Amino acid sequence: MKLTVDGTSYEADVPADMPLLWVLRDELGITGPKYGCGIAQCGACTVHVNGLAVRSCQLPVGSLNGDVTTIQGLGSPEAMHAVQEAWVEHQVAQCGYCQSGQIMQAASLLTLNSDPDDEQINTVMSGNLCRCGTYPRIRAAVKTAALKLNRA
Amino acid sequence: MGVLKTAGTITRRTFLIGSAAIAGGVAFGTYLAKKPIDNPLLDDLEEGEAGITPFVKIGPNGITLITPRADKGQGAYSMQANLIAEELDIDPATATITPGMPGPAYYNGAVMSEGVPFPAYDESKLAETARNFMAVPAKLLQIQMTGGSSTVPDLFDRLRSAGAVARETLKEAAARQYGIPRAELRTEDGQVILPDGTTINYTALAAAAAAIEPVTDVTLRDPSAWTRLGKRDLPRTDMVAKCTGTEVYGIDVQIDDMVYASVCANPGIGGDVLGYDEAAALSMRGVQQVVPVKHGVGVIASNTWYAFEAIKALNCQWGPGPYPKNSAAIWEALDAAVDNEDHYDHRQRNEGDIEGALADAQTEGGVLEASYRVPYLAHAPMEPMNAIVRINDDSVEIWTGTQIPLFVRDKAAQISGVDRSRVLVYAQPMGGSFGHKLEMTHVEQAVELALAVKGTPVKMTWSREEDMTHDYPRPAGVARARGTVDNGQVTGFDLSVGQSAMAPSWFGRLTGMTVPGPDATITTGSWDQPFAIPHYRVTGYRAPDMVPVSSWRSVGASGNGFFHDTWLDELIHAAGADPLEERIRLCSHDTSRKVLEAVGALADWSGPSVGDGRGRGVAFCLSFGVPTAQIIDVTHTGDGIRVDKAFIVADVGTVLDPTNIEAQLFGGLIYGLSHAINSELTYENYAPQQTNYHAYEGLRLYQTPDVTVKVLENGHRIRGIGEPGLPPAAPALGNAIFAATGQRIREMPFYKHIDFI
Ligand code: FES
Ligand code: FES
Repeated sequence: MKLTVDGTSYEADVPADMPLLWVLRDELGITGPKYGCGIAQCGACTVHVNGLAVRSCQLPVGSLNGDVTTIQGLGSPEAMHAVQEAWVEHQVAQCGYCQSGQIMQAASLLTLNSDPDDEQINTVMSGNLCRCGTYPRIRAAVKTAALKLNRA
Repeated sequence: MGVLKTAGTITRRTFLIGSAAIAGGVAFGTYLAKKPIDNPLLDDLEEGEAGITPFVKIGPNGITLITPRADKGQGAYSMQANLIAEELDIDPATATITPGMPGPAYYNGAVMSEGVPFPAYDESKLAETARNFMAVPAKLLQIQMTGGSSTVPDLFDRLRSAGAVARETLKEAAARQYGIPRAELRTEDGQVILPDGTTINYTALAAAAAAIEPVTDVTLRDPSAWTRLGKRDLPRTDMVAKCTGTEVYGIDVQIDDMVYASVCANPGIGGDVLGYDEAAALSMRGVQQVVPVKHGVGVIASNTWYAFEAIKALNCQWGPGPYPKNSAAIWEALDAAVDNEDHYDHRQRNEGDIEGALADAQTEGGVLEASYRVPYLAHAPMEPMNAIVRINDDSVEIWTGTQIPLFVRDKAAQISGVDRSRVLVYAQPMGGSFGHKLEMTHVEQAVELALAVKGTPVKMTWSREEDMTHDYPRPAGVARARGTVDNGQVTGFDLSVGQSAMAPSWFGRLTGMTVPGPDATITTGSWDQPFAIPHYRVTGYRAPDMVPVSSWRSVGASGNGFFHDTWLDELIHAAGADPLEERIRLCSHDTSRKVLEAVGALADWSGPSVGDGRGRGVAFCLSFGVPTAQIIDVTHTGDGIRVDKAFIVADVGTVLDPTNIEAQLFGGLIYGLSHAINSELTYENYAPQQTNYHAYEGLRLYQTPDVTVKVLENGHRIRGIGEPGLPPAAPALGNAIFAATGQRIREMPFYKHIDFI
């Protein structure tokens, strides 16, 4: 099976019903997306398909219909995406395990809505669990990221 | 080893139950305690490298800082690196930061210091001596553990000293090389600077520094000279990696040629395996082997998902667990223990004449009474338990996130039969813990699996379901309270707490040792509060051992903080006093009183009721030496309770990383609110009924209040902050709901009694 992740093409010898998350992590060695629940409850596995957020633990790799971007393709330590920059500015992460998913979700939100209000941020970001309780800074960082993107 | 062993027996007891530390300690004399521990870095240096102290290694290619305390998200690596860097004069971003290999040099001298029989607000000479003395057994016992909010108190001086020793030794090396007195040299940004402005990189001095005796008579800089510590803009060293998906957690580690595995064990923890369908699992894709493990069975496969799928196909049959079958039976046992003399465990607070006060009030018809409950709770960090183990003929290697690397090492040695000197534990950053990674059942299982495929690394990952149902939870507890009020004041406070003992359950699993004596965790967080109530008694009753239990963020204070402060709030209400004013009046500890006053000012307190279905609650708990007060505002909307705002004030003595402290405090609050509102483990047929986040949800963004945090520095000791934010959250919320609705909730989780948005 062929797939494109973060701009690179891969060939993976896996069954069509294998969740994308595990193809990324265990077959391709791309570990930015995390396993948290496996049942669409936590959002730690969030990646983009064609630029929009999906829960990769729920997506059978056989039904993938576009290019995949993971947190590692969104930006890099040397060249961060605006959302990642905002996250660093606000020092959001504690354990950080949920943050790949939080950042991918936020980036997707800002693609669809460049200036979300509190209500919209609440609605879209509430599918992503953070056990460390970084929510107050996530809220602030989404707003900062929106400003950065709108300025750009 | 004879000496150490004896010392161990005495002090393990001291550590767990807080009996006389001084009596136990004197027996060792001071020789062993003062004797320096060998620097482990010296065993393992490359050509031209210097391991100047156990915490700093400098080679021609760079500087490595050893940060032995585990990072589970609280920022410990970053804090430790900055403590060294402050004196070493380097930017930690330019260094390699690693926990290094576990070893005796990295003992935790502070984790035991609150195990003394003095409440944290007791600043007397005797109490302080006892606390300082607890570092001695910790060193002798080689306790390298992360927990008890102890990282900063323990390492504050040690790591700065390590940085200073390394700096002065590098200067000395330069001094000899250039024939200039050391006193005339300066350091900056990883360089020694000669009087004429010539700069020499530390890395270029490594070989020379390695050849001389370290300079150890160093003076630590005054905080006014700090350039990193205490600064608002001090970034966490791991922040960029965590925001770019490049941080490598235990679950992300990849070793060449590794295979993947998962296990399922009896969720009636300790129960037998009656049977499973091995053939079904073996016939599935990617499955290589089915391996029995203690109380369960594992599957080795070519990726984690195959292993998860095959585990489901095993269709395991379990025998009964070694404890009551369901929650109803567990509550019955807990209820039967409280106020039952046969279950009496300890009473560390007994002031005035509470029996007399209650009797007097009885005749006047005025005894106030209530009872409370808190449930078993899973830790449920986002990263499920995992470990990679590779076993060769004479070595074991383990890659895992852990708070207890030396216990892991010893247990792996025991299971594999390999000498512990050949067991290497590579500690990894953790995707949360909250105390979960003070356990190691998952590593034991991974060792069993690795023994079945010697030479091949096995990466074992628990599914979320396995993790939720094999969490050693926070103990469930019950409390009965009685009290009296008179003339607008709280005059009598009597609290009886019933719970299974936590410390022996946990320590028994780690070491196989039994722990005699009382278990202080039953009343930690209620017996030790800084209030002067005329008649004041707190008693711990020990329920039978039931579900095996463990430390959970803030340990005893997680339940006791709720019992104590809610009951205080009820009495204050009965007295007709203002909740904040009366707490301040009763408070007997200056630092704590200032915290209460500050939270009132921060929130602009003007009483609990703020009109139209809105209410405010204040709560206070002194835990891990940190007095913490919170005020929470709620609104009773048509759709349920909405938590609007939270104000937090805490006193940590000295602030090192203000931005991170603030995060830890509101993180503790949110973790506390999560469980207060909607999380519990209930048991049926010996197993928890909550198997994943859908049934154990915690707070989500839309339910999170706006938070305001203020940190004070009046305390006389530096304190850690990973846990104290939690205990006041549940009572502050409950007190606010009472103010808004008149409904008093005495059982967690609250959603069983009132709706939330
Ligand atoms: S792992 Fe996909 S939502 Fe939790
Ligand atoms: S930062 Fe730890 S779970 Fe979100």
